[in-house]
Amino acid sequence: MNSSVTLEWKAVCKVDEILPGTGVGVRLPEGQAALFRTRDGQLHALDNMDPFSRANVISRGLLGSLGGTRVVASPLYKQHFCLETGKCLEDETVSLTVYPVRLRGELVEVAVG
Amino acid sequence: MGFAFTLFNSWQAETVKGDIPMTKQKVLLVGHGMVGQRFLEALADRGGLDHYDVTILCAESRPAYDRVGLTRYFTERDADALSLVPEGFMAQPGLTLKLSTRVREIDRDARVVITEAGERLDYDKLVLATGSYPFVPPIDGNDRPNCFVYRTLDDLDEIIAAADQARIGTVVGGGLLGLEAAKALHDLGLETHVVEFAPRLMAVQVDDLGGGLLKDKIEALGVTVHTNTGTRAIVDGEQHRHRMDFGEDRHLETDIIVFSAGIRPEDSLARACGLEVGERGGVVIDDYCVTSDPDIFAIGEVALWQGRIFGLVAPGYQMAETAAARLCADSEPSFQGADMSTKLKLMGVDVASVGDAHGQTPGARSAVFFDQSTGVYKKVVVSECGKKLLGAVLVGDANDYGNLLQLCLNRIDLPGEAAALIAPAAGDAPMLGADALPDSAQICSCNNVSKGALCAAIDDGATTVGDLKACTKASATCGGCAALVKQVLDSELAKRGVEVNNHVCEHFPYSRQEIYHLVRVGEIKTFDELLEKHGSGDGCDICKPLAASVLASCWNDYVLSKPHAGLQDTNDYFLGNMQRDGTYSIVPRVPGGEITPDKLIVLGEVAKKYDLYTKITGGQRVDLFGARVDQLPEIWKILVDAGFETGHAYGKSLRTVKSCVGSTWCRYGVKDSVGTAIQVEERYKGLRSPHKIKMAVSGCTRECAEAQSKDVGVIATDKGWNLYVCGNGGMRPRHADLLASDLSDEQLIRTIDRFLMFYIRTADRLQRTSVWLENLEGGLDYLKQVVLEDSLGIGEELEAQMQQVIDTYQCEWKTTVEDPQAVKRFKHFVNDDVADDNLHYVRERGQRRPAYEHERIELVQQEG
Repeated sequence: MNSSVTLEWKAVCKVDEILPGTGVGVRLPEGQAALFRTRDGQLHALDNMDPFSRANVISRGLLGSLGGTRVVASPLYKQHFCLETGKCLEDETVSLTVYPVRLRGELVEVAVG
Repeated sequence: MGFAFTLFNSWQAETVKGDIPMTKQKVLLVGHGMVGQRFLEALADRGGLDHYDVTILCAESRPAYDRVGLTRYFTERDADALSLVPEGFMAQPGLTLKLSTRVREIDRDARVVITEAGERLDYDKLVLATGSYPFVPPIDGNDRPNCFVYRTLDDLDEIIAAADQARIGTVVGGGLLGLEAAKALHDLGLETHVVEFAPRLMAVQVDDLGGGLLKDKIEALGVTVHTNTGTRAIVDGEQHRHRMDFGEDRHLETDIIVFSAGIRPEDSLARACGLEVGERGGVVIDDYCVTSDPDIFAIGEVALWQGRIFGLVAPGYQMAETAAARLCADSEPSFQGADMSTKLKLMGVDVASVGDAHGQTPGARSAVFFDQSTGVYKKVVVSECGKKLLGAVLVGDANDYGNLLQLCLNRIDLPGEAAALIAPAAGDAPMLGADALPDSAQICSCNNVSKGALCAAIDDGATTVGDLKACTKASATCGGCAALVKQVLDSELAKRGVEVNNHVCEHFPYSRQEIYHLVRVGEIKTFDELLEKHGSGDGCDICKPLAASVLASCWNDYVLSKPHAGLQDTNDYFLGNMQRDGTYSIVPRVPGGEITPDKLIVLGEVAKKYDLYTKITGGQRVDLFGARVDQLPEIWKILVDAGFETGHAYGKSLRTVKSCVGSTWCRYGVKDSVGTAIQVEERYKGLRSPHKIKMAVSGCTRECAEAQSKDVGVIATDKGWNLYVCGNGGMRPRHADLLASDLSDEQLIRTIDRFLMFYIRTADRLQRTSVWLENLEGGLDYLKQVVLEDSLGIGEELEAQMQQVIDTYQCEWKTTVEDPQAVKRFKHFVNDDVADDNLHYVRERGQRRPAYEHERIELVQQEG
């Protein structure tokens, strides 16, 4: 993501449509994202496709932390992905795309540009 | 290391004693009992099958079985469960087993064995493992019908058959085997007597006081003991088949007589061919188990070493190892005699004897503890100097056995006063830590496993008692050393810096069991509260579902209520099993596997409407695959309306209660297995547990529901229900253990209530009941005490907890489809109602399945 390019933000849902500590799937103009709201209210968005199963299921993974790194666990084969960087903790050659997220009022916006 | 040496010398090796032959030689093993089987295993382990072709001549119709566990046959009636031959063992090249083959004669000059059928088999080496035969006292009438011995499975079958027509059974002989036989007769429902010539029971192992206490305890269980009683003759009885005449106008009428008055070595073949035998029988062997003929070995109860016969299995195993080593040209181990210490449970009474139990060593002194009210007798025998333990007798409480045995065998200086070793609760008894034992200390005497061998297994990665049992066989035979094995394990793991913890994960420094108690005692209702009070960090995919399960076990809230939603694994969150493409399967509950045609049609219609792949499960239900997350609520709406409930196939909870059709239709069924299965399934449905739970109910002993491979298995008998627990199929099959017999309907339910709740309270995360029991200290006996005898005094509490869970049951799918807020969550996209566009299927055998990766690429190209 080149920071000099202006991001195109897309509003996807109201924040209270995501229960704290869970995720939802988001349809983007191209592809799908998994949008998470942590227990303390932080928002993260990653690719929704699990690279190990090639199924769109990351949004249904469990959130947690491992050694201080906030992660989501794939619901299929349980690999962990860092919410900040998208990196897979079990296999460093694999990572998920990270989408910038912001909260405007009560609307959650994901950068798609 | 004779092996490398031998290869080097191979050209001259053929005839040199103590070397491995380079061309394959023939070994004949006569006798396939416990010791014979051990010999084969030892030979195979040492690579001996590369050098020898072994033919095994077994007089019995069954291969080697666990004679020590013979009494189990009375309750389980399953000869296969007693088998000692691992599956596939006999298929190894080099082994030929001939069953029902009795040997008539050994021709040593021709080196040929002739069977009763006349077959001639030549040998290079002959191994006699013929064991012993039961001694029948020379009493007039000892050959009358319904007079038996207690040695083989065939003997047991005869006793079982005769017991049908009998009311009273009498055992002649009050030794170890005699008391086992008495238990068997007692279990067969006979009024049971034991007649012993000596002044006390178990005369060899215990002294007068201990024997007296043992007699009291056994009589309290309903068996009449006649000591100091010799039988003069057996004649026709008046009320019963036999009258046993004891002289002086004393007599006893009985229907069955079982002789168990000791054993004699089965040495007739050896005698007939001129091998050296002892005055009172037994084939004379040297330290390498070689007889007076250098090509013939003798091992086990037939062998006489330095004038002694060893009538226990452990020394027999040592001889088997020695003989196998000798054939492989290893001089170690040699046989150096064996410790005859024993620990056993006779009719529920613990009895143990260590070393010089009778204090026959010159200068020996003893200390005794005797409490008649609790029924405990303990005696220790110490050396003249008071520093070494020479022997011990324990009756009623044998917990000190391991400790005392180690002190005795390893001649360790006593840690304090001898009396303190057996004084109860008078301060801490000086326990011998596992650390104090040398590596050579024998921990498991049945399988001759040293502390060093356990340490080596721990070095190789064993971290549980179950691991050690699997790879060393320690505690796999009588289980008497299990507690000591655990001590060695814990201390060695700690030494290796392995923190011996069963913490669930980095967020909670507690085991699942501890978390359960924290939740229950602290009345914790949410994960956040638990984390705040007892944990750290954010939690993870390990501790969150665990907490959800424990919270559900304790309080049984709706699993999708807001505070719990983020804790559930996707299967629990969407109440379905996620499949490899991210869609879910649907398994409605079909209690007991009984389903009406109308309901079956509903399942078919739903499957057809949504094009769901349909398969019958192993648990007698129907599994519908391929439902998208957004389809789940509407599909379940139809199912709930038709009267279906969730089958909890997604949860760590009760799955199914499988049943055979039982007396409903079956001509053999003795009870209504379907009705009971439905009752049990309805009772425990939805129960959250450490892992999934499977059950089954069989309507008769034919066991068509395969109950003995389930966590809870119920089998109908003509007297009630037999309850089996902790069985498993799948990856690690385990035959279930009989927990209780002949239960009424009400007793059955109460016992299962307690068993399940105790498991839920104490098991680790993802620990099936089979593994739980294997790791439960005290094992099955302890479980019986807790569940049947309520030794912890928690029986009512367990039942009450179970009742609470049952009273608060709700079908999660019914609750979900009735709650519009809950239904909202079943969407693939939060911002669109369309379905996932990445699902691709191919049709196969008339149904659809997710495309494999290579097929998907093609499909995407075609579509694109």
